[in-house]
Amino acid sequence: MSLLSRKAICNTHGQDSSYFLGWQEYEKNPFDEVQNPNGIIQMGLAENQLSFDLLESWLANNPDVAGFKRDGNSIFRELALFQDYHGLPSFKKALVEFMAEIRGNRVTFDPSRIVLTAGATSANETLMFCLAEAGEAFLLPTPYYPGFDRDLKWRTGAEIVPIHCTSSNGFRITASALEEAYQEAEKRNLRVKGVLVTNPSNPLGTTMTRSELNLLIKFITAKNIHLISDEIYSGTVFNSPGFVSVMEVLKDGDYDKTEVWNRVHIVYSLSKDLGLPGFRVGAIYSNDDMVVAAATKMSSFGLVSSQTQYLLSALLSDKKFTKNYISENQKRLRKRQRMLVMGLGKAGISWLESNNAGLFCWVDMRHLLHSNTFEEEMELWKKIVYDVGLNISPGSSCHCTEPGWFRVCFANMSEATLNLAMQRLKNFVVEYSTANGHKRLHHSPKNSKKKSLTQWVFRLSSRDRDRESDR
Amino acid sequence: MELSKNPGQLLSSIATNERHGENSPYFDGWKAYEENPYHPIKKKNGVIQMGLAENQICFDLIEEWIKKNPKASICTAEGVDEFKNIAIFQDYHGLPEFRQALASFMGRVRGGRVKFDPDRIVMSGGATGANELIMFCLADPGDAFLVPSPYYPAFDRDMGWRTGVQILPVDCDSSNGFLITKAALEAAYEKAIEDNIKIKGLLLANPSNPLGTLLDRETLTSLVSFVNEKNIHLVCDEIYAATVFKSPSFISVSEIIEEMGSEICNRDLIHIVYSLSKDMGLPGFRVGIVYSYNDAVVSCGRKMSSFGLVSSQTQHLLASMLLDEEFVGNFLEESSRRLAKRHEMFIKGLEQAGITCLKSNAGLFVWMDLRLLLKEQTAEAEIVLWRVIINEVKLNVSPGSSFHCTEPGWFRVCFANMDDHTVEVALKRLHAFVRQEKAGGN
Repeated sequence: MSLLSRKAICNTHGQDSSYFLGWQEYEKNPFDEVQNPNGIIQMGLAENQLSFDLLESWLANNPDVAGFKRDGNSIFRELALFQDYHGLPSFKKALVEFMAEIRGNRVTFDPSRIVLTAGATSANETLMFCLAEAGEAFLLPTPYYPGFDRDLKWRTGAEIVPIHCTSSNGFRITASALEEAYQEAEKRNLRVKGVLVTNPSNPLGTTMTRSELNLLIKFITAKNIHLISDEIYSGTVFNSPGFVSVMEVLKDGDYDKTEVWNRVHIVYSLSKDLGLPGFRVGAIYSNDDMVVAAATKMSSFGLVSSQTQYLLSALLSDKKFTKNYISENQKRLRKRQRMLVMGLGKAGISWLESNNAGLFCWVDMRHLLHSNTFEEEMELWKKIVYDVGLNISPGSSCHCTEPGWFRVCFANMSEATLNLAMQRLKNFVVEYSTANGHKRLHHSPKNSKKKSLTQWVFRLSSRDRDRESDR
Repeated sequence: MELSKNPGQLLSSIATNERHGENSPYFDGWKAYEENPYHPIKKKNGVIQMGLAENQICFDLIEEWIKKNPKASICTAEGVDEFKNIAIFQDYHGLPEFRQALASFMGRVRGGRVKFDPDRIVMSGGATGANELIMFCLADPGDAFLVPSPYYPAFDRDMGWRTGVQILPVDCDSSNGFLITKAALEAAYEKAIEDNIKIKGLLLANPSNPLGTLLDRETLTSLVSFVNEKNIHLVCDEIYAATVFKSPSFISVSEIIEEMGSEICNRDLIHIVYSLSKDMGLPGFRVGIVYSYNDAVVSCGRKMSSFGLVSSQTQHLLASMLLDEEFVGNFLEESSRRLAKRHEMFIKGLEQAGITCLKSNAGLFVWMDLRLLLKEQTAEAEIVLWRVIINEVKLNVSPGSSFHCTEPGWFRVCFANMDDHTVEVALKRLHAFVRQEKAGGN
């Protein structure tokens, strides 16, 4: 259809890849405890469904909000007309205070530096429009959220160059990996404008260490580039070492007096921490006035519904609620993750043990691969979807350079369903091991086969799907 | 706080250029209003806001409906059992009942003369988001769209800022009532070819902002023919469709293509932008849609809608509301009646002050003719007059040049965003001003 734009015709949106199979199969045959107990269990959905009761009981105790009332007076008209891209002041104030609370109040945020957007999807794209020209690049540590290919590249024309992380050090970012990525970009004639990290990480489910953060700050200082820290999972940290935001490290290092202060930007959202992805609440926080100004104007293309801003400003202003929610939510996530990893353990499957955050676990199934290849990963994945009946996310869809890793979500189903999933997995492993004998994984050296694999992996893995939910 | 030596260099050109259009001097009117807003008791001499095309006429009807239908809210005791399902719903197809409700509403607004397919509805962040989205789907950076002037100022931002698409205005003036003609479009198209500019389509706002007029059947048909001849797109921004308060009734492009049939009109070229911000007065809820007859555009647009989905809370509320046929029927009728009344009151008042307007039957504003008050027929004189109206008459009206009108002396004046009393005060002030100008030997 040459009548359409190039963007419309290309597939940078990434949704044509074969990884849709899992989602399609799930949708054809979704598990239901009663109606379809043999259906596919959805474990590819990074949703937080553990704490809705807390929200619902808050609503029951706060009827005014439901009736568009404030102090008994109707504010419907005011809200219906409110389209100021500066956002509802009471909401921004409540939001930044919530963000600070999640960070143990070790950092505070200025409401005038927050820009509201329609979800983190919009926040990330908007930041790209502000920071990069078409053809310029951002470095991202792998594995990373598959949706970034669409969010950061599609309409902006920006490029992503991966920073390779491996299991040899728990997938931590190293100075050499950063430098290698930068060189790779130069080789491809791409001007690097910044680094984007997700902290806590999706899909790893880990928080970044202080030394990683310091490394990043050093790196962006040296290269004079930006750092975007996507912190949408900051409220899902359930185990030590606890969450350290890049803002904290900047503050502790007295960076607020330096140039680099203005080049660090945070993305936030209420989709994961509060489990409200439908409400489309995202935010950009920046210390750079020009970025705030430009992003604010751009937010016109995706403002948050005033009705939703109002509801959430009331919710988040209730400090008793937020304090209880944050701690209870963490407790429940911890319990749920423990159930998952115990189940994995029983199936003889290991996972990234530093998993202390997120709504998922980064699971190691390398020992189940016949050979250390992505084709094998695909084969294993198909078996798990079709034969085991679990939709989990293969590492290659997250651009992982090591085959055999899978992201498994645990917060979007009941305990009973999770237990069933683990039982199915255990049964599968037992049968599989019996049928195939125990195969030791041999780490294959770099060779030309791997090079062509890498291209194939990127082509196949630049995917997303119908929903946001794989974040 | 030290900024880097070249703060602009580290940001994109989009972030640092002026194509958002917000630094234009026309924001002075807004500033004047914000510094000194009119209040009937506290600030009788404040600036009356007449630059805001908002529909505040029928809130009572909506509020009443909400009160009577607590189940439509996911926050009430009656509706909270849906909270979880709605809160996790982020499917970019949108709630099926929401799309159904919108399709049904759009059909009703067009008097039931056409049916809309819910599966062709793509959500966006208001019409602002919709206009940008459709451009991303149809045009590459550097491509152009023809847009008849005068046109809504923010089209420059919405259609062109991040997309890189150019707007080529096709100038209309009072010599023929600001009508767009096929001849004018042909001329503009030919010129673009000479200038090596690739035209990807035509964008029409129908009903027109700022004119408040409708395209008649003949004109609309000829415009559809035009785009078919050139094999370019037609985007019809119909966000004021339900603000038609007098005959002739609104004719949507959707009706025209039905009449023409698919042998004559290639439907892949036809797209509609819609919103609830004007027809229902709900700009804060950010409900915009792209309705396309082109499957590839629907598919691509849907993926792009991820960048500006409608809050599921809002989708849920409005789905209930717009599926309530009795409410919709009553609302559309009452809204029309009240707008007609307000419009009548306003233009009668203007006439008494010796001011005429372009004859209109839609929109939330009138296109006021103050050419006789200009010291000379120039854009500069228009701005001088405008500053007087803001600073001395204390009315924030919008000067025609902000709409890219090439004929000086026209002003858009909104009338649906205030109560009757305020309208009277505004009219009195205008009356006094015109008398003063005339006495001053103008």
